Amino acid sequence: MATESRDYTEATETDRELTMSRAMVEAIAWEMRENEEVFYMGEDVADYGGIFSSTTGLLDEFGRDRVMDVPISETAYLGAAVGAAQAGMRPIAELMFVDFFGVAMDQIYNNMAKNTYMSGGSFSVPMVLTTAVGGTYNDAGQHSQTLYGTFAHLPGMKVVVPSTAYDAKGLMHTAIRDDDPVVYMFHKRLMGLGWMPSPSGPKTGVSEEDYAIPFGEADVKRPGDDVTVVTLGLHVHRAMEAAERLDDDGIDAEVIDLRTLVPLDTETVLDSVRKTGKLLVVDEDYRSFGVTGEIIARAAEGALDDLSAVKRLAIHDVPIPYARPLEDEVNPGTDDIAAAVRELHE
Amino acid sequence: MYEQMVTARHYEERLVDEYLVGKQPAFDISAGPIPGELHLAAGHEASGAGVCMHLRDDDTVTAPHRPHHIAIAKGVDLKRMTAEIFGRKTGLCRGKGGHMHLFDPDVNFACAGIIAQGCPPAVGAAMAAKKRNTDSVAVAFLGEGAIDQGGFLESLNLAAVHDLPVVFVVEDNDWAISMPKDRVTDVQNGAQRAAGFDLPGVRIDSDDATAVYEAAGEAVMRARDGNGPTLIEVQVHRRMGHFMGDAEAYRPEADIDRAKQRDSIERLAADLRSHGVTDDDIDEMRERAHGRVEAAISWAKEQPEPEPAEAYENVFTNPPAQAATDGGSAADAPGDAGETGGDN
Repeated sequence: MATESRDYTEATETDRELTMSRAMVEAIAWEMRENEEVFYMGEDVADYGGIFSSTTGLLDEFGRDRVMDVPISETAYLGAAVGAAQAGMRPIAELMFVDFFGVAMDQIYNNMAKNTYMSGGSFSVPMVLTTAVGGTYNDAGQHSQTLYGTFAHLPGMKVVVPSTAYDAKGLMHTAIRDDDPVVYMFHKRLMGLGWMPSPSGPKTGVSEEDYAIPFGEADVKRPGDDVTVVTLGLHVHRAMEAAERLDDDGIDAEVIDLRTLVPLDTETVLDSVRKTGKLLVVDEDYRSFGVTGEIIARAAEGALDDLSAVKRLAIHDVPIPYARPLEDEVNPGTDDIAAAVRELHE
Repeated sequence: MYEQMVTARHYEERLVDEYLVGKQPAFDISAGPIPGELHLAAGHEASGAGVCMHLRDDDTVTAPHRPHHIAIAKGVDLKRMTAEIFGRKTGLCRGKGGHMHLFDPDVNFACAGIIAQGCPPAVGAAMAAKKRNTDSVAVAFLGEGAIDQGGFLESLNLAAVHDLPVVFVVEDNDWAISMPKDRVTDVQNGAQRAAGFDLPGVRIDSDDATAVYEAAGEAVMRARDGNGPTLIEVQVHRRMGHFMGDAEAYRPEADIDRAKQRDSIERLAADLRSHGVTDDDIDEMRERAHGRVEAAISWAKEQPEPEPAEAYENVFTNPPAQAATDGGSAADAPGDAGETGGDN
């Protein structure tokens, strides 16, 4: 079920503009005030406020017992979050960069994601794993991945990828309240960091009260009749920019922000594909065996007769390279998206 | 040793200048000729130089995300290393690795950008040396923030069980980004971790290069002689932020001042003078070091950037035949990635 995209240009006066990081932190703080069982663990989340400003100000309000700097021991503290969650608390544990998942994947996948199932439903693991994703700032192969597909592929975890401040807050409320493990993947380039300028899109109006955005509801960011562009994270903004350009040439692209990968809103994608007949999927993850292939597969399963052309843009199965011309080559840009839509439209 | 340390310090100072180009007045990490994170090691020089003085080209070193001083001391090609940091085609890694992923097979040097993850490969290099009956050794450098990481602890155990010729060198600069040591471990120092694995642990309480040299000499000798691993921890100092752009708001001013007051390079110069080395000799070493750094930076800046298509090379040493399995159009399919990294 798609939600209509809000028109932020008409935001009421009560709607403050917030960066994505501020919006995300606001939801965390609200839930921490509401429920003493919510606490945050991670590296540099206390005094530093999170390397990507994911916990700014939380230490001052909640103190070290609830905003915990932990040793560089991801296996131990992510596993501890699993244990605390199974004991009924609601921990939020931060993996500083998603690229570091390897040192703790056993806890993430063999415990966090499977314990509910393996216990026949007798245990729940109500925790949030927050993690920073994405490149575009030349941090090379071990600090630039998104790994959307890796986490979405493995059953037992809900996977959330906000692209705006409004969504970041609403999805965080939902994530903390959810009784299952949620992997909340925030893109560094969207957080509104002074030292890593964001595009204009992610900073949006955000109402002060708490609100929850249900998982599994994609957002039609821009309706269009000619080509469907399905994407998430940073590439929502690149797709919107491409759509504006295409609009000048009379090509009407529909842009869909998935917002969550697990659960995935297949219906919104199918509705759009039935209308346009043409599908482009864009993401910042590796191309093969990932999100782009999954969306195309679902479109083929559900609307094969309506499809006349399909294309995908993603990282072309190479580790993320360091040098600027190399990273620019492999990470789909606005131009690449516009060119792909044109190709489909022909 | 002094010259290596001066080279390393000057190198870091010059990289600061180059890194800030295009990043002022507004600091944008992705702007300028050197984008991305840059972790500088000013204040760490004594550990890199004191340890690597004992090493040969056939000895393996793995460095963490703060690698420049270690690379310089190990004899990594400074020009190609600099070109790599500038993201150039002739860099050590053809522009694919960047500053915390430097690889130089000529001197068996590698990096790992993830905490403690250079330890297991060092154990593996030591394993290969032992199996081949050579007297090569391996050294894994890590920070004190890494001593709580499984990769380190498991490596200590594996090396101890198999009596492998490996030395673990913990550079204790007191800070894991914003986290002071006493908030993340209850032991006084990282060398105490050795006791749990029944291997020698040596703590050097200052960044006195001579003391590091002596302790490392014993540890490397022990490894070469087939007497197994050693863990050394050296007290170093972080004279700058964790990475360029780190405002260090979490760090007491006094601590920053203290780090800057303790200068291993000045101390070594004083030692040298007391042993009869003249000021002229010291100046000559310093000038030579500065000249080397300037030459490397100038050379690097003249190097070409890689062609975009090179992004698709080197994924495999033995690339599969033209990957015609992907359904992309010719426009986005990479060319034949048949070329492999070799001498260039």
